[in-house]
Amino acid sequence: MRNTTKRARASLAVLLALFLSIGVAACGSSDDDSTEAGEGGGAIVSNPENGDVTLTIGSKNFPEQEILGEVYAQALEAAGYKVKKALNLGSETVALQAVKSNQISGYPEYASTALTSFFGLEPEEVPADAQGAYEKAKAEFEKEDLTAFPPTPFASANAVGTLKKTAEERELETISDLEGQSEEMTLDGSPECRQRIDCLAGLEKYYGLKFKKFTPVDIALRYTVLEKGQADLSILFTTDAQLSAEKDKFVILEDDKEVFPAGNVIFVTKPSVVQKAGPDYEKTIVEVQKGLTLPVMQELDARVELEKQSPAKAAASYLKEAGYTG
Amino acid sequence: MNASIGGAIEFIFEPQSSNVTGGKEVGGLSQVIELTLNQLELTVLALALSLVVALPIGLYLGHRGVGEALAVGLGNVGRAVPELALIALMASVVGVGVLNMTVALAVLGVPPILTNAFVGIRQVDRAPVDAARGMGMTEAEILFKVEMPLAVPTLMAGIRGATIAIVATATIAPLAGVLTLGDFIINNNVYGQNGLLAGGILVALLALALEFGLAGLQRLLTSKGLRLSAA
Repeated sequence: MRNTTKRARASLAVLLALFLSIGVAACGSSDDDSTEAGEGGGAIVSNPENGDVTLTIGSKNFPEQEILGEVYAQALEAAGYKVKKALNLGSETVALQAVKSNQISGYPEYASTALTSFFGLEPEEVPADAQGAYEKAKAEFEKEDLTAFPPTPFASANAVGTLKKTAEERELETISDLEGQSEEMTLDGSPECRQRIDCLAGLEKYYGLKFKKFTPVDIALRYTVLEKGQADLSILFTTDAQLSAEKDKFVILEDDKEVFPAGNVIFVTKPSVVQKAGPDYEKTIVEVQKGLTLPVMQELDARVELEKQSPAKAAASYLKEAGYTG
Repeated sequence: MNASIGGAIEFIFEPQSSNVTGGKEVGGLSQVIELTLNQLELTVLALALSLVVALPIGLYLGHRGVGEALAVGLGNVGRAVPELALIALMASVVGVGVLNMTVALAVLGVPPILTNAFVGIRQVDRAPVDAARGMGMTEAEILFKVEMPLAVPTLMAGIRGATIAIVATATIAPLAGVLTLGDFIINNNVYGQNGLLAGGILVALLALALEFGLAGLQRLLTSKGLRLSAA
C-alpha cells in the first residue's frame, strides 16, 4: 500500500511524457492522420517481398533487453518479414556467438558494452557521444564480419544507487563523496559486477574505494536490497523505472570520474543477413527505435518490471501508441 | 571464443585473461578450490537442515502408520517450489546470503527425505516388527533397532536424491550472495565459454563424488544380512 498514490502520480507523469514525446515525433513525421510512411517515421508498411525472409531476433534475458527484442521483432513482422524470437540469451558473450554462428539474425547491444566487453576498451576510452561510440563499435564489428545499425536515442549505464535518506545523511551526491565513508558501507550488485572494470573493479581502481562488503545478487533484487536495508548501496541502471517513479526514495550518485560509460543501443547483425533481408531490415529497426527516448524506455521498463506486463505487450502498446502499427 | 574440453581444463588449473576485468586474470586452481569448498559447505548445511526437519517427521509418521497424505503430499508440493522465486521471496525477509540459500536448498532436500523415510519404515515386513513387540521391545527400540536398519536402502535413496538436488541447485547461489561454482556458469561475460564448461564439469564431478561417497556410506550402514539378500 505504501506510496501507492505517489507512485501512481509519478507513473502518470511519465506516461504524460511518453505521449508528449510520441506527439512530437508524430508531428515531425506526418501531417494529420496520414498513415503514409514518410522520411521521418510513421506507420510501418508491410512489404510482400519480405515474406520469403525469416529473421530471428535475439536479446539478453533481462526486461529492458526483452522489450527491445520484442519491439524489433514485432516491427519487422509488421514490415512483412517472418520473425522468430530468441529473447533469453544469457549474456553478451552468448548473444554475440549466436549472431556469428547464424543462430540469430541480430540482437540489441549497448555500444559501451560492446566496446568494453568485446573489444577490450577501458571505460575511459569509450567515446562519450552516441555517434562516436557507434562508429567505433561498428568499425570494430566490421573487422569480425559483423555490422551494427545506428543507435537509439536513449542510453543506459550502470549507476551506484542508494536510498535518498542515506544520501542525505551522508551528504552524498557524487561517487567521489563516498571517499572515507565506503569502508563502512555495503554494496550489492550482479555477480559479474565484482570483477568488471565498468562496475566494482572500476570503482576500486579509478575511485580508490574499498567497501565493507560486496554481495553478489540477482539483478532483479537490485531495489529490494536497498528497500529492506540489506545494502547501503546497490548497482542500478540509469533507465530504471524506479528512478523516476520513486524519485523521493532512490537516488543515483553522479559518476564524476566516468567509470560507467553510458551506452546507446545498437542492433548487432551480419552483413550477409542485411544483404539477404533487403533494405527494409535496417530501415524498420532504425525507424522504430526513434521513439525510444529515456523517459519512454523508463516507462516501458516500468510496465514490465513494476506493473508486471509481459515484454511482448509493452512492446506492442509502444508500437501502437507511437503510430508504428495500426 | 569457442569452448573446448582442453580449454576448460586449462581454465581449472591456470588463471586466464578476461576482456571485461581490466587486465585481472580469472579462474585457476585457487579460485576453483575456494568455490568448490563454498558449494560443499552450502550443500552440507542445507542437507543437515533437511535431515533435521524431515527425518524425525518421516520416521515418526512411518512408525505410527499415519499421515500418509501429509508425508507424500508435502513431499510432492515441495518438489514443485520454484527455487529462484523462493530465493527472491526470502530476500525481502531474511536478505541474501548463506541463511537464505540454506533454507531455499533445504526446501529441495526435505521432500525426498520425508517421503522415503515414511515409505521406508512403512514397508518394513510386519513379521519382525510383531516379533520385536512380542519380545517386549519399546516402541522406540522397535523403530531404531528393527525398522530403521531394515529401511536403510530406502532412507538412503531419499538422502542421496536430496543431496544431488541440493548440490546441483547450489549452482545458482551466486544470485543470492553466496559464491559457488555457479559463478563460472552465471558470469559468462567474465569467465568466457571455457569457464562455463569448466563450471559445468566441476559441478558434475562434485555431484558424482558425493553420490559415490553416500553409496559407500549406505553399504556401511546396511546390516550384513540385508547386504547378502540384496546381492
